[in-house]
Amino acid sequence: MKKILQAWTPPILMLVMALWFFGKLQAPKDKTFAYGDFGRLPVTFNGRVKPMDSVARNSLLEIREKQTLNTEPWKGLFKPWNKWKPWWKPWMAFNHIKILPASEWLANVMMNSPVADQWPCFRMDNPDLISLLKLPDKGEKSDGKHYSWNQIQPMFDTLGKENARVQKIESANRTAYENAISKLEQNITLYARLRNTVQPAEVPDWPAQLAEFERLIPAGIAAVQAQQAGKEFDKTNFNLFVGYISTFQFMASLEPPLILPPSGSRPEWRRMADVLLESPRGAGIDNFVRTYANLAGALAVNEPEKFNATLADLRSQLEQSQPKAIGKSRAEVYFNQMEPFYNAMIIYILAGLLAVFSWFNLSETLRRSSVWLVWLAFAIHTSGLIYRMVLEGRPPVTNLYSSAIFIGWGAVLLGLILENFHKNGIGLVVASGIGFITLIIAHHLALEGDTMEMMRAVLDTNFWLATHVVAVTVGYASTFVAGFLALIYIVRGFFTKTLDAATGKSLARMIYGIVCFATLFSFVGTVLGGIWADQSWGRFWGWDPKENGALIIVLWNALILHLRWGGLIRERGLVNCAIFGNVVTAWSWFGVNMLGIGLHSYGFTEAAFFWLVLFVVSQLAFIALGLLPTKLWKSFKSRTA
Amino acid sequence: MLIKKIVGFFTSLKLTVVLLAFAIVLVFVGTIAQADEGLYGAQVHYFKQWLVLGAHFFGHKIPLILPGGYLLGVLLLVNLISAHIYRFQLTSNKIGIQLAHAGVIVLLVGQLSTDLLSRELQMRFTEGETRSYSDSASEYELIFANGNEVTAISEKILKPGAELKIPSLPFTIRVKEHWHNSDMNFRAPMLQNAPPLTPNGVAVNFDFRKIEDVKAMDSRNVPTALLEFITPAGSLGTWIASAWTTDPALIEAVRNGYAQMGAAMAQGIVTKLIAPQSTTVGGNKFTFLIRPARVRHPFSLTLLKATHTVYPGTDIPKDFRSRVRIDNAQTGEHREVEISMNHPLRYGGYTYYQYQMDAGQVAQQAGRTPSSVLSVVRNPSWLTPYIGCGMVGIGLIIQFLYHLVGFVSKRKTK
Repeated sequence: MKKILQAWTPPILMLVMALWFFGKLQAPKDKTFAYGDFGRLPVTFNGRVKPMDSVARNSLLEIREKQTLNTEPWKGLFKPWNKWKPWWKPWMAFNHIKILPASEWLANVMMNSPVADQWPCFRMDNPDLISLLKLPDKGEKSDGKHYSWNQIQPMFDTLGKENARVQKIESANRTAYENAISKLEQNITLYARLRNTVQPAEVPDWPAQLAEFERLIPAGIAAVQAQQAGKEFDKTNFNLFVGYISTFQFMASLEPPLILPPSGSRPEWRRMADVLLESPRGAGIDNFVRTYANLAGALAVNEPEKFNATLADLRSQLEQSQPKAIGKSRAEVYFNQMEPFYNAMIIYILAGLLAVFSWFNLSETLRRSSVWLVWLAFAIHTSGLIYRMVLEGRPPVTNLYSSAIFIGWGAVLLGLILENFHKNGIGLVVASGIGFITLIIAHHLALEGDTMEMMRAVLDTNFWLATHVVAVTVGYASTFVAGFLALIYIVRGFFTKTLDAATGKSLARMIYGIVCFATLFSFVGTVLGGIWADQSWGRFWGWDPKENGALIIVLWNALILHLRWGGLIRERGLVNCAIFGNVVTAWSWFGVNMLGIGLHSYGFTEAAFFWLVLFVVSQLAFIALGLLPTKLWKSFKSRTA
Repeated sequence: MLIKKIVGFFTSLKLTVVLLAFAIVLVFVGTIAQADEGLYGAQVHYFKQWLVLGAHFFGHKIPLILPGGYLLGVLLLVNLISAHIYRFQLTSNKIGIQLAHAGVIVLLVGQLSTDLLSRELQMRFTEGETRSYSDSASEYELIFANGNEVTAISEKILKPGAELKIPSLPFTIRVKEHWHNSDMNFRAPMLQNAPPLTPNGVAVNFDFRKIEDVKAMDSRNVPTALLEFITPAGSLGTWIASAWTTDPALIEAVRNGYAQMGAAMAQGIVTKLIAPQSTTVGGNKFTFLIRPARVRHPFSLTLLKATHTVYPGTDIPKDFRSRVRIDNAQTGEHREVEISMNHPLRYGGYTYYQYQMDAGQVAQQAGRTPSSVLSVVRNPSWLTPYIGCGMVGIGLIIQFLYHLVGFVSKRKTK
């Protein structure tokens, strides 16, 4: 019986987690308005065709740091104990807080702004900013962090003035308050863009207004022409017409997403405002404009059946004219729903814990359970990676975000290979540890906006992205694996008695092998980068910070190998050097971006700087531990005893 | 005995380790210093240098003595080559390592020769223009033109106080001032508070002054010189010669800078700035100016079309592309070719890269003819990184596989 249990626990555990993952693949059903279908509409924003759902999620991430909207954030998840009256109904303790999916939020921002403008979707953490804008503190109807457009709007002038001052300061020299000002201004602009995508914001009955504008066109043009010619003109028509035009001009000036698909003689996606502005010049108002207006009208008057019917009509029109865009955005919505990296991250935590426990009671069942789980998470991680590559039509690494995902992927693969050879749980801890850390880094990098942004002209080459970038990233991943193995050596050796001589030796052998591997990839990757530079601007090596960072990794790995060959370091020396490899790699990956110079810079992020410093300090602390004499190490004490 | 010691020193692994450690420190310090000294300044101070004295560290000056990039590179090269000769053995377990180290030697030699032999030039033209020369990216020359006879003097020899006698010129040039980098101001008629530098030519309407050399990699110094021309019969006067009056990008910037005073006013200022200056000796008129040093090509390039595309609805650049025609009388070639990012043209010993561009919507709205700047590089050792990288890569893979096979078979026999 015990044997059967031991044999079947790992696969069953994996199956449970796999079912949990597949359960999350189901899109939530729309009860009234078909917001899910709205999310699958294609739109062009930030230079690429994507679903409304992605616009919604990325925008919410930017302004609220979440992919969903809590409309009443001041209500906690639990009710206060004194309000928990019927004790025999414990579920009453939970508040039924309303969490809206991103698409529902976006549909209302675009087409029903009187409602959406009341939702507290702007997140602010800086107390000075909150008091500048005279926003309420934490209390009855406020959580002191999230505020609505309507709450901020009266203070737009104040914010604008402060922002004008802040923009003159170089971004590296700004205080936290000044950064918050600049960020809020960006978020307000983004929100204003979305508000003016489908219709002029705050117009009560858009379909009726659009019809009136269309009727007015001939008379309006006549009035304007007469006025320009200095003749008598119809003042009412003139004022009405000019009013419309200036409203549309304001919409266009915000540069909102391009929602109207190519049609007829126009081969490119167009903004609603631009099409409206062109319509008097003989272009007329096409069907898509009218359908979107009807959609907005149905939402504004709260008629779900009409909304869903109009949406179905819009979709069938798009399926005829834009089958590719529809297919692509459907696939991307599915990817958004899948959240492969987030879900893989959760499974990595579970697997890592199991592997660590297996060291203490030496349970083979726990270790095998962990193996199964890491493989499951790795499968999800891999499918996400491939899905992303197919969606983008690019090699795996195109920006900082995807580098985090790929470093994690490479490290997990190396960890699994190590585990396959050594079967002692070490490879598992490395795999799940680095997998988890890199995916959480990626999760935070995603807050910067669209993670599938378009590649600038210099970077627009799949060949070099697939060779140089991948090789360098594998170099990073393997250096981190060596460093993580070294951390395990120190933690187990210093704090526990589990590092016996054989384990120590096998760890050192693993570190040495991985450092060799890292040297190969970081060297080849770095030189390929030089060759790319030579191909694109005739300079093999320009001493750019990112190049130098990569060079330091190569030099450091080469140094470790030569120290080892020369017998200048042994087991513990190798371990300490490998930990410093973590510092060197983190510096190259994030540190150089913070210098704000060079062709490769991505910009300064305060939080990232804090974490980088913390990471470096922690690694140096481990090295200090590693340098302590062996008589202080629990494992070495128990060996001699 | 001594020879043995010296050989032992230069072939030792300890030397390699020390040099690698110094290289890491140098690259790190040199990278941090770029925030203060700029990319170009840091290159000269740390990497293209034998000995580094003092360093910048986040705005602080720290006393520090480090071997510079050249010294480390040469020592590493000596260390590598001598160890290679001394310990070379052709056995299967060493061949990968030998190959990898030989590759590193190729890379180091290649970089050193690139540093000595490569030349960076630029070619700037608007659509329809033809160029049979390239401009130096950093060097300037002083030009005297007498009809078709042109005399070019390198800016480098314009040392303050120097008196230059050039055979083709009937006068001596006395260099009164020479500034590597300079700024220029229009002397507004109502606000003149100091007399002009000299009452001749461009100095009447413009003030020039010395400023610090540029730090950024892609910006360049704008030299200005104050020159007196002297004949045996007496002085021909003192004149300003400045790149401010010849560089099209700077002239455009001046025009834009004064645009708020009205287009006509701005044009008037520019006309005064670029008005040719000359001096006449014995009926011969010598027009003079300072301009980027030129390298002539035995062929010409004509810019047919410059295109700059962006992603829809954004200003993110998607593509820069120049279509040019090569006309080579020697080979009888008249062909069209496209140069774009990551697709340079290699022709006649030079490589032409797409560098900058003023085209697309921006240029169209401002009413400017689309123009393109190509970066023109001559680097005889451009192939060495390709060869070196291949050697090191293959060498490391061989070594790696050798170990891996050994490791796996050892486990199997266990």
